[in-house]
Amino acid sequence: MTAETPLEPVANPRAPFFRRLPVVSHFNKSVGLQRFMLVVGLVLTGIFLLTALTAPLLAPYGFAQLSDADGSFPTQQAPGGKHLLGTTVGGYDVLSRVIWGTQTALLVIIVAVVLSIFAGVILGLVSGYIGGWLDRILVVVADAIYAFPSLLVAIVMAIVISGGQSSLLGGILAAAISITVVFIPQYFRVIRAETIRLKAEPFVESAKVVGASNIRIMTRHIYRNATRTLPLIFTLNASESILTLAGLGFLGFGIEPSSAAEWGFDLNKALADTTSGIWWTGLFPGIAIVWTVLGLTLVGESINDLNDPRLRGRRRTGGGSSPAPVTTEALGAEVRTS
Amino acid sequence: MTTLIDAPPSDADALLPPRKKQGGGGLGQYILVRFLLIFPTILILVTMVFFLMRITGDPITAAMGGRLPPDQLQQRIHAAGYDRPLIVQYFEYLGQLATGNFGTTLSDNRKVTEMLTTYGSATLELSINALIIALLVGIPLGMIAAQRRDHLPDAVLRVLAILFYATPVFFAGMLLKLVFSVWLGWLPVAGRAGTRTELSLTALEAPTGIYWLDALRSGNMAAFSDVMSHAVLPAVALGFLTAGVFLRLVRTNVIGTLGKDYVEAGRSRGVSEFRLVTKHAYKPALIPIITVMGLQIAVMLGGAVLTEKTFEWKGLGFQLANYLTARDFVAVQGIVVLLAVIVAVTNFIVDIIAALIDPRVRY
Repeated sequence: MTAETPLEPVANPRAPFFRRLPVVSHFNKSVGLQRFMLVVGLVLTGIFLLTALTAPLLAPYGFAQLSDADGSFPTQQAPGGKHLLGTTVGGYDVLSRVIWGTQTALLVIIVAVVLSIFAGVILGLVSGYIGGWLDRILVVVADAIYAFPSLLVAIVMAIVISGGQSSLLGGILAAAISITVVFIPQYFRVIRAETIRLKAEPFVESAKVVGASNIRIMTRHIYRNATRTLPLIFTLNASESILTLAGLGFLGFGIEPSSAAEWGFDLNKALADTTSGIWWTGLFPGIAIVWTVLGLTLVGESINDLNDPRLRGRRRTGGGSSPAPVTTEALGAEVRTS
Repeated sequence: MTTLIDAPPSDADALLPPRKKQGGGGLGQYILVRFLLIFPTILILVTMVFFLMRITGDPITAAMGGRLPPDQLQQRIHAAGYDRPLIVQYFEYLGQLATGNFGTTLSDNRKVTEMLTTYGSATLELSINALIIALLVGIPLGMIAAQRRDHLPDAVLRVLAILFYATPVFFAGMLLKLVFSVWLGWLPVAGRAGTRTELSLTALEAPTGIYWLDALRSGNMAAFSDVMSHAVLPAVALGFLTAGVFLRLVRTNVIGTLGKDYVEAGRSRGVSEFRLVTKHAYKPALIPIITVMGLQIAVMLGGAVLTEKTFEWKGLGFQLANYLTARDFVAVQGIVVLLAVIVAVTNFIVDIIAALIDPRVRY
């Protein structure tokens, strides 16, 4: 078991492919509260994804629609009747914007996470494997960005990319790239640390002896092993990218309401409504943000806990994939209560 | 024979001095190295911010473009020296920074340094208030969660911590405002103080800019309670965000130390569970907590920007949002550089504290 662990991280190698998938294997490992949290997270995330994919069917109106066959929409109308969740100060239908907002959020998550994994993994592999000067410079730069408030980095990037004004797909790209810059250092750190650790492993040395090129060692031998922890960072960063997007939108760096629905931007507009007691314009986009972030975070947290044997539910701490002998649990319980 | 007997002590002598040197000069050297590392960090951030902001064009076109005729615009750009090579401007900017000159804002024509000191104190006050709330809420709850691990309180607290994290600070602030200010009418809606209080506080000689401190110093109790009532909601909104992080951190680390042998030994000697958690397990868990607190300062500053915007708290974040809308990138650059300095310095302080508590940190 010990010798093979680094090579075969995901549970039992003989299990069917489906059961070895990250989330599925985690589900099978989970017990009690942890399983509950994972399930709640999966359900919330699932509903979010489903809404994003079926937004055109679900939303009663378009995100930028201001009128229908009966004339213009009223402004700041309380929830009920034709507008289930009311209308905003600009006359938009709140429900429609909340539903369309899932698409914007999903697009930004995908672009941001894919870009940052791509850049972070390459930089981390190269920096960790080659070492030397390049490594030192990259580490100092990554640390400097990492230590800085991520929202400010995103703001600076938003200024650079779009001059602060966003329209259509450009807005989504601008937000996604701003978030990417924030995340690259995180992927970079993780991958670099793993690469340095793996570089000293015997299988890398034997690959060298056999005559494999550096690129082949990096892409075949190290890459496969160094990217084990990525699903975890992926889920955590997905939720953080939603928060960053909403923060940018709230500060007025959002995507224009006519080009896409964005929850943070809606909250920005709703801020003034709050003072006069109009709650529906802010409450629902806010709940949408919390919903999405909560779902993704619960999934990420659960995976994190399940990957760490010390934090995993106690019933299975005894050994690998098979249930632990009852004695371990009984002993633990005895010690705890005494 | 003699050589054989003499050999071991000389061997030990040869080994001892370097080890002793490492131990003796360790802390001073460590502090010095850490201190020197502040400068490259700041330099990198300043360089990145400078060049990134200039890729888009010069600040004057960004702020005034479209509002001035092209020839006047050119004239102003030339007068400010923005038409010179970028590298010349960069070194000039560095030179200005070194002498503490951050330039003049474009939108309201104020000295950036003056703007920073005026609004910086407001942000400092908000951050201190929020940090106090975060520590008061996060640490005890984290200990409870660790002690009652896998039981109901733990489950509730963990979900609560994730909920705190998942709620954007501006949404939390909006809800708090709605409930406590608009519906219940208990607390003021926005701002740092009432108009009268604000006037009386700025009239003080040598004000610190931290309102509750100023109110206490002048002994003006009415002003103090006014300032406090304004401070509650923003501090709670920002504090709870951070409290969630502290809760999880304390929980994980205390669980780690609770499993140690010496805790078991204490338990077998009859030390109470309460004492075990608060004394035996908590103290060793403090080091990672302090380290993360340093990183948390950066998160908090980011959160402060959003909180200030939500509550119209006239601090750096509020101004930053305004300057961003006005496209005044000289001011934005000044604020970002100041925050970079603050982050670098707090990280330095946190590293030193961690090294003082735990000698292993400095090797």
